[in-house]
Amino acid sequence: MSATTTAPKSGSTALPAFRPSMKVPLSLGILALLALVFFGFLGPDQTAEMKISDAGDAVAVPALMIPGQVGGVVFGIVLLAMAAYSIYLWTQGERSPKWLPIAFAVVFVFALLVWIVAGARQPSISLAGLVAGSVTLAVPLVFGSLSGVLCERVGVVNIAIEGQLLGGAFTAALVATMTGSPYIGLIAAAAAGAAVSMVLAVFSIKYLVNQIIVGVVLNVLVSGLTGFLYGTLMVPNKEQFNTPGRLDILPIPLLSDIPIIGPILFEQSIAGYLMYIAVAVVWFGLFKTRWGLRVRAVGEHPQAADTLGINVNATRFWNVTLGGAIAGIGGAVFTLVTIDSFTKDISGGRGFIALAALIFGRWNPIGAFLASLLFGFAYNLQSILGIIGTPVPSQFMAMLPYLVTIFAVAGLVGKSRGPAASGIPYVKG
Amino acid sequence: MGVVKLELKGISKAFGTFYANQDIDLVVESGQIHCLLGENGAGKSTLMNVLYGLYEPTAGQILVDDQPVNFRGPGDAMAAGIGMVHQHFMLVPVFTVAENVALGAEPTTFGGVLSMDETRKKIREISDHYGFDVDPDALVEDLPVGVQQRVEIIKALVREAKVLILDEPTAVLTPQETDELLDIMRQLKAGGTSIVFISHKLREVKAVSDVITVIRRGKVVGDAPPTASATELASMMVGRPVSLSLNKAPAQRKETTFVVENLTVRAANGTNVVDGISFDIAQGEILAVAGVQGNGQTELTEAILGIQDHVTGSVTLDGKQLLGLPVKEVLRSGVGFVPEDRTVDGLVGPFSVAENLVLDLYDQAPFASGISMKPAKVTEHAKAKIEEFDIRTPSAGAAAGTLSGGNQQKVVMARELSRPLRLFIASQPTRGVDVGSIEFLHKRIVAERDVGTPVMIVSTELDEVIELADRIAVLYKGKLVGIVPAGTPRDTLGLMMAGVGPEGGSDD
Repeated sequence: MSATTTAPKSGSTALPAFRPSMKVPLSLGILALLALVFFGFLGPDQTAEMKISDAGDAVAVPALMIPGQVGGVVFGIVLLAMAAYSIYLWTQGERSPKWLPIAFAVVFVFALLVWIVAGARQPSISLAGLVAGSVTLAVPLVFGSLSGVLCERVGVVNIAIEGQLLGGAFTAALVATMTGSPYIGLIAAAAAGAAVSMVLAVFSIKYLVNQIIVGVVLNVLVSGLTGFLYGTLMVPNKEQFNTPGRLDILPIPLLSDIPIIGPILFEQSIAGYLMYIAVAVVWFGLFKTRWGLRVRAVGEHPQAADTLGINVNATRFWNVTLGGAIAGIGGAVFTLVTIDSFTKDISGGRGFIALAALIFGRWNPIGAFLASLLFGFAYNLQSILGIIGTPVPSQFMAMLPYLVTIFAVAGLVGKSRGPAASGIPYVKG
Repeated sequence: MGVVKLELKGISKAFGTFYANQDIDLVVESGQIHCLLGENGAGKSTLMNVLYGLYEPTAGQILVDDQPVNFRGPGDAMAAGIGMVHQHFMLVPVFTVAENVALGAEPTTFGGVLSMDETRKKIREISDHYGFDVDPDALVEDLPVGVQQRVEIIKALVREAKVLILDEPTAVLTPQETDELLDIMRQLKAGGTSIVFISHKLREVKAVSDVITVIRRGKVVGDAPPTASATELASMMVGRPVSLSLNKAPAQRKETTFVVENLTVRAANGTNVVDGISFDIAQGEILAVAGVQGNGQTELTEAILGIQDHVTGSVTLDGKQLLGLPVKEVLRSGVGFVPEDRTVDGLVGPFSVAENLVLDLYDQAPFASGISMKPAKVTEHAKAKIEEFDIRTPSAGAAAGTLSGGNQQKVVMARELSRPLRLFIASQPTRGVDVGSIEFLHKRIVAERDVGTPVMIVSTELDEVIELADRIAVLYKGKLVGIVPAGTPRDTLGLMMAGVGPEGGSDD
């Protein structure tokens, strides 16, 4: 064929260059303006004291003193600059880099913190305590969302995280009290979570019952069962059945004295260390090993996996079970770390927040971990701000974690894409 | 080593009381291309799924090199040297080529940690050897279907398949890609690989096969040499003499009443899936829209019907603008529409044949008055249509979903042709329909043209396009490559389907 004549072309003129969604630049811009106005111009005139190290620490770091109004204006300008950069990229037809919204969120949250603290009756807060407390509150969320990652990656929607957490919490308290060892309680909690998960696995994989329905029913069932046993067993015989004691805090010498990150990373109970290990192991497993490749294949295209000799339903069953065990450990944190006894519905909806964290974290163990930390921070902020006495009513503070969840999941996630076969049972042929 | 002889003895496979395969004997000699020819639903794929270990046979035996084998899963079949390229690719879209190839037989180091380098190397070797041009690190979802198919072949070759089953491999390919695939098959054969080639397309089968086995309704009808004529093979497939060519009179073009101008449909990801398309159709002519699946055909027809969002341009019928009208208004303007997937958009499976025949008219006289329907009228209407369109159904009350593909399609066609039409659009009018029904449906389409309706056919089967068209429009990546008259050579059409304009030169 010669190229002397050109192909007939439809009469369309050159179309404007492809533009990415303007959702991110636009929302950053609006938030930055709001921050500048409310935190800056209308900001409180007290100075917020942000303590970095506690009185007893080996290394003393002076506290940050940030004047409310000036700080607010500075933060507002920084935020505006970031939003402007994002908008500039958008006009050039480019997406904002991934770090930008994250950096924006960190500065925004810090600005929010300064604004609230400077407006409080007692304008002083311990940053170290805030962050460490956030991590502590995030631990069950991290375990729960890891459970969700393992299940969804293999194609099963795990709505029953709440039930697994609760089952783990109850069993941990009961077994730890009866054996006198919180460590045995921890192992029992994993078994309890796995047991709840196995019910989900059997019904959804073998009997093809709708996964959402099984999950919801399981949550109600575990809540009812543990509530009943709590009322009949634990309340009348607290000494015998509901005094588990706590898992020891095992600080790592020297490292735990580093300001801020010391207590977070190196002054944990065994469950805290397990959390870091679990995140790393699940991530490495999913993305770097044969097991993970197969798991992801089963969650994306089970038929393809089947035609390559991978047993789809067995893979799903064991993954869901493993997920349950991990969530069970998360549940034990409630009764063996946070407080040292079980109360009815102690998990209080954290399983659903873990589910949100998993989606916010884009089905990635590390993403789920970071999202859990954010939600943990929101929980912690709520309690700390109650103590220092902010002008914001406590009911609004109590809503904070859920608001963050809704905005995080709906707004900033964008079009995140889960495993293609998630929620769809696999039937041969 | 290397060569494998494969033998199936008395294989039967039943689903409930229905026998998809009955007492099938088949011998695939080593180093041959053995074709399984049969209509859609004849049981070819079922047989191959039995051979590949995906289904357990109800009766019968598989022998590899005269040794009976018992495949409990695809893993066993692969171990015996059998590889399969499925009609719907078994590739994980979000994985890379290397990950897809490695899956199930992953090279690992200590502790199950993946080491993909070995797989990459193997892919490059095979790719170079056969001239595949496949990048091991490309994401599968970004690859064109032709390349995806090569990935599937690589998958089988990496597992050292000695027998390669290709299930309807040409369904998703352009004519040129098909020719390339046939070449690859010949190369593989020369290298000692036996191939089982499943198809219902006579031209390809005749071009490449050493032996042809014809299957009809789950049974082997007989073997034929590749020199057998197309008519002979078609008659064996269908079980009665069929005429393969439609003798239609030349078009009597009248007034041009349907005009599409600069039609553009924007997809959610910001690209234009239909990109500035303009054409018109006169009363009494058939415009066939050709193109490989997924080049904007679905969106084009749906935009005309009004079930697509983000549409710009103009669509006028009898001078009236259709864009922006609700679907019901579009249909009331005299548009008959046969959607591409009858089971999803064309029929309500659990509803009766009679109900499906009035889905568009159920709220109007004579089938309804006020808020009540008149079942007697509906049934009466159904009986007339069943007669007229030769719909093989136990009764007018039978659920439409239980009918065969061809008869379901007749129900859809009967419904859409029952109104006085000003425009008739049929998308994939004979997909998955038996040869006998194809003949009938084609005649009805031509009959509609001959009463003076502008007709638009969308088909990915080039044979069908050539058969029906008075003019042929070719779509590629949402753009109109060109409109050419009927009688344009196959090769030219094939190139156009790959985006090369009819006068030469590339569109890109």
